[in-house]
Amino acid sequence: MLQSFRLTRNGGEGSGQWTKISCRRLLQEPMRLTILVEARGGLTNGLSAASDWLAQFLRDADLRDFLKSIKKKIIGINSETVTNVTSTDFPGHWPGEDNSWSLDSFRNTFKINIHNNDPLDSSFSLVGIDAAVANAFRRIMIAEIPSVAIEAVFVHNNTSVIQDEVLCQRLGLVPFQGGKEGIQEFLKWHPRKKDDGMNTVVEEEEEENTKFDYNTIILSLKITCTRNKEAERGERDPLKAYHNAHVYARDIQFKPFGRQEQYFSGEDAIRPTNPDILVAKLRPGQCIDIDMHAFKGVGSDHAKFSPVATASYRLLPTITIMKPILGKDAEKFARCFPQGVIGLEKVTKKEAQRKGSGYEGHEGENKAVVVDPMKDTVSRECLRHEEFEGKVKLGRIRDHFIFSVESVGQWESDALFLESVKVLKMKCAALKQNLQTMNR
Amino acid sequence: MAPKTKPAEAVVSEDDVSMNDELVGDSPSNDDPHNPARMAFGEQRIRILPGSSDTAASFEFKGEDHTLGNALRYIIMKNPKVEFCGYSIPHPSEDLMNIRIQTYEGTAVEALEKGLDDLSDLCDVVEEKFIEARDEYGTPMET
Repeated sequence: MLQSFRLTRNGGEGSGQWTKISCRRLLQEPMRLTILVEARGGLTNGLSAASDWLAQFLRDADLRDFLKSIKKKIIGINSETVTNVTSTDFPGHWPGEDNSWSLDSFRNTFKINIHNNDPLDSSFSLVGIDAAVANAFRRIMIAEIPSVAIEAVFVHNNTSVIQDEVLCQRLGLVPFQGGKEGIQEFLKWHPRKKDDGMNTVVEEEEEENTKFDYNTIILSLKITCTRNKEAERGERDPLKAYHNAHVYARDIQFKPFGRQEQYFSGEDAIRPTNPDILVAKLRPGQCIDIDMHAFKGVGSDHAKFSPVATASYRLLPTITIMKPILGKDAEKFARCFPQGVIGLEKVTKKEAQRKGSGYEGHEGENKAVVVDPMKDTVSRECLRHEEFEGKVKLGRIRDHFIFSVESVGQWESDALFLESVKVLKMKCAALKQNLQTMNR
Repeated sequence: MAPKTKPAEAVVSEDDVSMNDELVGDSPSNDDPHNPARMAFGEQRIRILPGSSDTAASFEFKGEDHTLGNALRYIIMKNPKVEFCGYSIPHPSEDLMNIRIQTYEGTAVEALEKGLDDLSDLCDVVEEKFIEARDEYGTPMET
């Protein structure tokens, strides 16, 4: 039997955030109350907007706690300050709350949404995770996932104006791509000697006999600038007057040896991801003759080994309209945000009739509603205008991370995230083993 | 406190080899002896700092930074038996990270071990959910 009280409300106190809230209570189960919320711009957004209004009707402590927990997730953003920044979901922090680690509840609450997944650029949301862990994934993607870059450069000849050491530095930073299986499975690490501390250096004496097809990629750059006989007399453009006036990344040749032919041929050949990178400029008679050895490495050692162009996250913004913003103000309000964040809707007859809603007598006028807070940049522009004072609240959701991962080319961008999770897991496994053998 | 009676000789690498074997298949390049992630299994990187007791200890981690430090701090703080947990990097030019754990009940070492386990479990869930979400995203949608 389904009975008892039902409270339904559309719109609510001037907010355009939630569209409908209804509560149901089953007679047999007086402790259970079902709240249905239809919201725009995500449930957390809608619930947070509705929570104040909703809380006054609720006697049920659990429900009030639930609503409070949603409010707790929101970081307040004011014109000059931020509030409620640190996470407090730890045992013993709030009276009557458990908050201890539970894998099951994590599994139930944690969500991932993929927004975009291209090989070189992906974007996804992790919802229900702490910043400490989300940040670990981000840091691992930048600094601890291996990729191949030029590490040793042998300059046989360089008569260009660019100095040897500068040229070598530039070559190291050129990103390369190639067969993923070859790079990730076949290619192994080049041995490194341990220094006194944690700093590692390549073992000098062994250098000659540690380079094999499975740990070294050999590249070479041999280029000479000459005059273009066919050029018109008095040609001032060096690219027309000379051959090879500009040295580009595409001029770097891959020299496969041993089993490398199997893994790096045709489509899978090692090549610069961006062939148009300018490496040096030459004039007739100048030449560059260089051999290069590329190894596997990690970003913590040198940024050239980082497999990502950027790996970053931001928190999902929330916009709460506290009091109606109508007419010309609504249009101005929408202009305070990037396109698509705020929409305009007409005030309905029903809304205009309801007393205390702030819509009385405004039927048919435009009102500002939140359409897509994810597109917001949280510029806080709307907080600079007097007419919106007290009418809008900005915030961010503490546990909603919108990641953006751009790969440089050696990894698929989604594989990078999965690899970062794997790396963190391996760290835990290694340290757990350490803990067992620890002297105590 | 069974682990306390463990002889110091247990630190030798004999143990490590067998532990490494268990991990085969888990690591992306498990047959690569020079992979730093792999080498991490072979060396002893944790030590308890002097002045520690059973319920209040500081651990020094070699070769770790904020990446693991903060994540581990968070997950250890989630343990209701833990009174305090914090991490620091004492000096930026030393590759060391310290974690301090004080417990109400149980030992600090147990809390650290549980933290590592929980973090590893968390990673499993994240991985599983990501693959799920990606497969869902990958399925062709009607346009």
